[in-house]
Amino acid sequence: MSNIIGSVSTSHIPAIGAAIARGVTEEAYWKPFFDAFPPARTWLTARKPDVVVVVYNDHGLNFFLDKMPTFAIGAAAEYRSEDEGWGIPPQKATRGIPELSWAIIEQVVEDEFDVTTCQEMLVDHACTVPLQLLWPEGWDDIRIVPVAINTVQHPLPSAARCLKFGQSIGKALRAYKEDLNILVASTGGLSHQLEGERAGFLNPHFDDLCLNALINKPELLTKYTTHEIVELAGSQGAEILNWIVGRGVMGGEAREVLRNYHIPISNTAAALQVLEPV
Amino acid sequence: MTKTIPGTPVFTGACAQKGYALNKMCYSFNSADNRAAFMADEDAYCAKYGLNAQQRAAIAARGVAALIEAGGNVYYLAKFAGIFGLNVQDLGAQQTGVTVEAFKAKLVAAGVHNEDVKAGRLSHV
Repeated sequence: MSNIIGSVSTSHIPAIGAAIARGVTEEAYWKPFFDAFPPARTWLTARKPDVVVVVYNDHGLNFFLDKMPTFAIGAAAEYRSEDEGWGIPPQKATRGIPELSWAIIEQVVEDEFDVTTCQEMLVDHACTVPLQLLWPEGWDDIRIVPVAINTVQHPLPSAARCLKFGQSIGKALRAYKEDLNILVASTGGLSHQLEGERAGFLNPHFDDLCLNALINKPELLTKYTTHEIVELAGSQGAEILNWIVGRGVMGGEAREVLRNYHIPISNTAAALQVLEPV
Repeated sequence: MTKTIPGTPVFTGACAQKGYALNKMCYSFNSADNRAAFMADEDAYCAKYGLNAQQRAAIAARGVAALIEAGGNVYYLAKFAGIFGLNVQDLGAQQTGVTVEAFKAKLVAAGVHNEDVKAGRLSHV
């Protein structure tokens, strides 16, 4: 049977990808962010992951406003990235695991989540930057299941719905027949806002509450409406929904292995949180 | 209806309808060929996507607030800004009416609680 080894949740800011491409990760601005990753990689290597379920939001690479799924699950043998228009280089294609994708789709639809299934799916920086951070030498041995959450066009799925959706995915993973070590990677956040007169808004108090709650009380976050989350975390801080899905996937009791938090990376409160089951 | 959040445009279905042509044009800027076509003949490119007068004027002015007012979503607008080498700090400075240096300084100042959040001591859960 498959085994969920834990979760790595991290910000996915395009500028991180640009910093990697320019080789400036050791510079003073970037170091407080990148220095958190070697210990995360040490933790990860010891747990020998085979598969990563990546919970993220697309920023206008695969999905446009013509068709905007609330929840979408990749079911492809391979996922490519492409030019996103803001200058970060596309990454090498990532392998998929369609059998597992379909097992997840079967489970979540049975649990009444009517997802969009994607046999062709481009993955953007929100999926690839975390892979770059965790496997700087490349991730040819890793297969992924991309799970895209709409955090862009309101109405967004509620935090409560996101937690339940994650729990349903987790049920599918634990029941999967093959012996696989599965990592959950949730990406995005934490607080930030790119538009309006409140552009540059950051909220460390709410971020801390989210990080603390995500360890073992994620249901505390389900009391907030998506509108309240935008007010507290900023428009793009709504990406915390991805982290809530990811926490649902892992389920059970958890221990925080490591945490990092740094303002500012670009306009964002950048964070890393590694959790493992206890 | 939910209350408004000061200084915070929420990208609703109404915005998605209103800004559809504008966002569709900006989405096309994922392609280098399309970015070049826009730069070669901006008028023709905007006409091809059917921008309305408000959207066309906002594109001409490179004005972020006006583009959002015209239904633009910042993720697609960022692809437009990328053509000119502008990043989200440039957009933030423009929308808040300060210099880019001042905008960046404000972001840095917001990092005063970094160590507290690392230690999880800003909230009690």
